[in-house]
Amino acid sequence: MSTAVQAQPASAMATATARGASLRPALHAEWTKLRTVSGPAWLLLGLAALTIAVSTAAVGATHCPRNLTCPVDTTKLSLTGIQLGQAVVAILAAATVSNEYSSGMMRVTLAAMPRRQAVLAAKAILLAALVLVAGAVAVSGSVLAGHLILPGHGFTAARGFHPVWLSYGPTLRAASGSVLYLALIALLSLGVAVIVRDSAVSIGVVLALLYVFPIVLSFIGNEHWQRRLERWTPTVAGLTVQDTTGLRSLAITPWAGLGVLAIWAAAAMLAGGLVFRYRDA
Amino acid sequence: MTTRAISVPRPEAGPGHGPRGGGFGSLLRAEWIKFRSVRGWVIGMLLAAVLTIFLGVFAAANANIRCHINGGPLKSGKACLPYIPRGPGGEIVTDSFSFVRQPLTGNGTITVRVTSLTGEHANLSSGPVRAGNGSMVPGLAEWAKAGIIMKQSTHQGSAYAAMMVTDSHGVRMQHNFTGDTAGMPGAVSAAHPRWLRLARSGDTITGYESADGTHWIQVGTVRLTGLPSTVQVGMFATSPGYTVTQNSFGGTSNSGGPAQATGVFDHVSLAGGAPGSTWTGTAIGGGGPAGGGPGPGGSGSVQFTRNAGRYMLTGSGDIAPVTPGPNSPFPMVTIGQSLVGAFLGLIAIVVVAAMFFSTEYRRGLIRTTLAAAPRRGAVLAAKAVVIGAVAFVTGLVAAVVSIGVGVPKEENSGQVLLTAPLLTEARVIVGTAAMLAVAAVFAVALGAILRRSAAAITIAVVAVVMPFLLTALNVVPAGVGDWLLRLTPAAALAIEQSIPRYSQVTTAISPVQGYYPLSPYAGFAVLCLWAVAALALALVMLRRRDA
Repeated sequence: MSTAVQAQPASAMATATARGASLRPALHAEWTKLRTVSGPAWLLLGLAALTIAVSTAAVGATHCPRNLTCPVDTTKLSLTGIQLGQAVVAILAAATVSNEYSSGMMRVTLAAMPRRQAVLAAKAILLAALVLVAGAVAVSGSVLAGHLILPGHGFTAARGFHPVWLSYGPTLRAASGSVLYLALIALLSLGVAVIVRDSAVSIGVVLALLYVFPIVLSFIGNEHWQRRLERWTPTVAGLTVQDTTGLRSLAITPWAGLGVLAIWAAAAMLAGGLVFRYRDA
Repeated sequence: MTTRAISVPRPEAGPGHGPRGGGFGSLLRAEWIKFRSVRGWVIGMLLAAVLTIFLGVFAAANANIRCHINGGPLKSGKACLPYIPRGPGGEIVTDSFSFVRQPLTGNGTITVRVTSLTGEHANLSSGPVRAGNGSMVPGLAEWAKAGIIMKQSTHQGSAYAAMMVTDSHGVRMQHNFTGDTAGMPGAVSAAHPRWLRLARSGDTITGYESADGTHWIQVGTVRLTGLPSTVQVGMFATSPGYTVTQNSFGGTSNSGGPAQATGVFDHVSLAGGAPGSTWTGTAIGGGGPAGGGPGPGGSGSVQFTRNAGRYMLTGSGDIAPVTPGPNSPFPMVTIGQSLVGAFLGLIAIVVVAAMFFSTEYRRGLIRTTLAAAPRRGAVLAAKAVVIGAVAFVTGLVAAVVSIGVGVPKEENSGQVLLTAPLLTEARVIVGTAAMLAVAAVFAVALGAILRRSAAAITIAVVAVVMPFLLTALNVVPAGVGDWLLRLTPAAALAIEQSIPRYSQVTTAISPVQGYYPLSPYAGFAVLCLWAVAALALALVMLRRRDA
């Protein structure tokens, strides 16, 4: 008898054991789900490839002519690809939730693992980890491109440009911050996707959230509102983590900017968690 | 018998023509009922209108203009505006130049030889500068000019015709701020002087040019209706601000600074002038040398040198229509800028439109739809018409309200509205609605091709919104951005351009300033082509695939 009880799936044991233990089977299940369809792998590959491609194109197209001063933040320029990479992250995050809803898989998932917080936490942990890995690859490639190409285009140390390399403190902060930025974008869109459920609508909402504020900002003349938007919108504040020059004129300090994005992501995850907990699947 | 029965299910071979043979009308009705009975879609469309209006009005209402005039108390809004001259055509113009003039009554002819056009501008490679503090370097702004002019009066904005030499655009004949005719190309120098002549006969003024003073070529003839019998005639020099546009990924920066131009004239002759008249130096609109001259609006005297029939005159300003840009003399808006929210509405509409077709696949409704109406082309057409019409009405309401509420707010806050003719305003408003409608049709077709909402929406948003975003935010250099706005569906945003591009004014092509690389209708046609191509592909796929 006792052996039969032990042979039961771990999820059934969850109520009896400690809370932390229930996360492991949930993680295992989510990992199996992600691993066995080709979509997420392609999207992660696309994230790295697209980011590096855009960053390389950006540094390749920028020159500093000899007779002009160039107000270019070389580190931020090398990380241009994040602008597009974040869209891929948003799609990936939305797909991990909404695909389960559209195919009816969610009901199976929740029948197998009735502890919904564990399901959502497992999804979040796994997604963030995967995005951190792919993002690290993307950012490393981008920094490498900037490091190799920019000195040849007039951005030399002799003219006061710091080499784009991780040994330079601000560049290290910008690079590691960009990786975290992608992970936070993933959590933000995961939260939105859990609330909205439909993949189409959640992708639309997240893409609007990512790109609308920067556009609004460029059309606004009022300085107070500009400052406010720069301080409190997810993408504009979050991407200040990439700035290495002109830090005094920023509306918010780099790490605090990333913190603002973290607040957005936490709010989205919290709202998503509550909705997920109390709504029928 | 069985083989016959098997061949029937192909929709084209089916005998039915829609429900009860009702034809296309009942198909439209069916699709309309589908649309309005899904609450999310109706909310999505309402959201599109609300977002468009909100963003437009929000962007308009927050302009914040403050100033101290001549060290006086702090003022804000409209009180900060300088005198704004308007040309004979009603457009807002810049009319500032150094003018060495005398009156001319009745018909007459002025002839001069220009031997040099030189100038200096702010040294932009050494940070911000102010005129007159020694950090000017030799060089000319693109449209620096010097030449001869016949002008109705010394009032800013009055009618004129002029012959001039320019830095890089050769000899030009210009009139009434918007007219511009090219003459011989090439720069002027002592070795290659340019002879210029203006002849008045009644209301008609004819411009001539010559390389040697004997062989004259007519450049153009203009009619200035209502020209008084006495006009001001003479030599002028002026130069718009100097701008450098630096293109790179991650930033297109426009930097600008003051500039001035100096023209040298000799062989000056005026036939028909009053005997005994002498030349007077006048700074029209404060257009003396950069950094000097009287305050804005008025006209003062300007120094010029005269030495053995050789005149040298220096001026700064421009004689041209005002366009938005880094050098504009006051904050200004176009009606198109109140429609900045349209692209946010576009996202919402594209999402709804893509789902309008693709959801049928998810729920299996498509099989019912095609069983009821076996002609697949007609189903696609009905969906496109319904969603297009809904998007058009939504866009029309949003555009009318955005402009109707936003523009007065902008004007109250002290910005100058660059007015457009009524027909242009109508084109901007109806065009915005039509753009949303065609984008919706494009998204419907994508939904039919891809059958999955997520993919359709991502592609539609990336194709329509992303090029605009990358260009407006200067994420890509201007050259790349121009091509994105020519080739992608985002080209249709050109329909919102309400101010013409003038060849004689340096303007940056930037959606933020309201300028697009394609003409309004050409840009709209690009989106239409994309929509037609997507519809054709969708039709082929629908016919070939089982539902």
